[in-house]
Amino acid sequence: MNAIWTLARLTFREAMRRRIMLAGLLLGIAFLVIYSIGLHFIITQIRSVAVENMPSRSAANIVDVEGMNALLMAGLYAVTFLSIAMAALLGADTLAGEINSGTVQTIVTKPIRRADVVLGKWLGFAGLLGLYILLLAGGVVVSMFIQAGYTPDNVLSGLGLIYMESLLIMTITLMYSAAFSALATGGIVFGLYGLSFIGGWIEQIGAVLNNDTAVKIGIFTSLIIPSESLWRRAAFEMQTPLAGVFGASPFGAASVPSILMVVYAGLYLVVTLILAIRIFQKRDL
Amino acid sequence: MSAVHAIETNQLRKVFGDYAAVKGLTLQVMQGEVFGFLGPNGAGKTTSMKMLLGLVAPTSGSGSLLGKTVGTRDVMSRVGFLPEHFRFQEWLTAGEFLLLNGQLLNMKKDDLKQRMDELLERVGLSDFRHKQLKTFSKGMLQRIGLAQALLNRPALVFLDEPTSGLDPVGRRLVRDVIHEIRKQGTSVFLNSHLLSEIEVTCDRVAFIRHGEVARVLDLSSLSTEQTDLTIRVHNFSAESLQGLSQWGRDVHMDGEFIHMVIPSDSVLPEITRYLVAQQAEVYSITPNRMSLEDIFIETVGKDGGL
Repeated sequence: MNAIWTLARLTFREAMRRRIMLAGLLLGIAFLVIYSIGLHFIITQIRSVAVENMPSRSAANIVDVEGMNALLMAGLYAVTFLSIAMAALLGADTLAGEINSGTVQTIVTKPIRRADVVLGKWLGFAGLLGLYILLLAGGVVVSMFIQAGYTPDNVLSGLGLIYMESLLIMTITLMYSAAFSALATGGIVFGLYGLSFIGGWIEQIGAVLNNDTAVKIGIFTSLIIPSESLWRRAAFEMQTPLAGVFGASPFGAASVPSILMVVYAGLYLVVTLILAIRIFQKRDL
Repeated sequence: MSAVHAIETNQLRKVFGDYAAVKGLTLQVMQGEVFGFLGPNGAGKTTSMKMLLGLVAPTSGSGSLLGKTVGTRDVMSRVGFLPEHFRFQEWLTAGEFLLLNGQLLNMKKDDLKQRMDELLERVGLSDFRHKQLKTFSKGMLQRIGLAQALLNRPALVFLDEPTSGLDPVGRRLVRDVIHEIRKQGTSVFLNSHLLSEIEVTCDRVAFIRHGEVARVLDLSSLSTEQTDLTIRVHNFSAESLQGLSQWGRDVHMDGEFIHMVIPSDSVLPEITRYLVAQQAEVYSITPNRMSLEDIFIETVGKDGGL
């Protein structure tokens, strides 16, 4: 446990000191600033024009809530994408790079288990991603609350699912990084992410068109890599009931992944982490 | 039960695909000795060392360090290791780097602090404690790596090419440190291709060829072991020359020089008496003891074992 903690702190500090995280945070802050400024003008527009032209006060209210929700989901969608990119960038070089450079040799010849190395890195990255998502997603939610006084339903479980998606991508990256080079790992992980993204879309459009086969294809890709379904579950948790009826949009969910899919994603994550440990244990360094 | 051997291996073998990097390594290193591991490039030295350290899993065979199976966790708390081409977390400072390694060794806080001070001083890096490793020269990295390998006062230290990239001062430092830890009873496994280094540092040396131990040599016997003898002499007959064969081999005459190989210095007085008794005019008797390099080439072959 001691070694895991030492290595988690090392991983955390490395990302901080090598400015990977700093770059991510600065870009994230830039994103938040632009998002907030954009939000300001759009909110003013919606409230002064659209809402005033509504026939009744309750209708105006509905438009207002739907508008705010859509804007919030757009922001969180961007945060999800950024956090996934961060997860893949952090994880891709970590084991592969240290095996390649030989840095890992001094670590694993200490009285520790190889599993400690993988778990320590995982924990360090999990901390970094948590911080990153807290800042960015939290920033989006707070910015919306300050400017429009709006908070979505189930915001905590929604953000939790976004965090879980980034953890899943990070864990998958870590596993491939234990077996392949950093470049190959990056390629594979972005390929998988693309697959899950396309699969998600096919499922969404299929749901709107009532095409059963398309929905099944989507579910099938979610079984191969369930990352995108976590976002869609998060979107479902936070969106207004009406938004689901409107149909497919990148920022929402038409075909809602079941809780079972979330459980599956959790198991997928655990199994991937165990595989990452196994691969690293078997590897000649 | 106390372990007799610092290192003991039995037919350790490593096959990559269809290439046997190490065919079958069998050797014993005594506790408290400095053991040199010599061989041409590609003879399987690094792979052998990695198997001993648990970095590479052997295909077959067995090995133990300090009486415990290689690759087990608890034995590694008593082992130190300085890897070759030494690359580290270059974003750490020298002090942070030692702290990290001490923590991984599960050292107590006070003990670790004291050891860090001692070792930084010993390797001459006290003034660079707060400098990041990426600002270090190759030689400085080697020094901090050596300090890292000795943090836990190991009973057994593996040094892989410890003097590569070092200037003469640095080399001297490494040599002195090895002598010091040997005095404290630490066993040292030294992988080096610098024969002169091995010659002055090691008690025994193993020559590796094609992933096997070709020969183990006790270096204390090197000075008395077989020697090339050159005698400058006048007025010495061919018949008398035959008589020299009783003390050595390859006796031949080349002008005024007699060359022969003798098994040991101890026969020199008898040879001298014989020459005088034969009425020869002796100008010089010069024993040229075989250097480690001669033995190396004789053992692994001029082709470098390829």
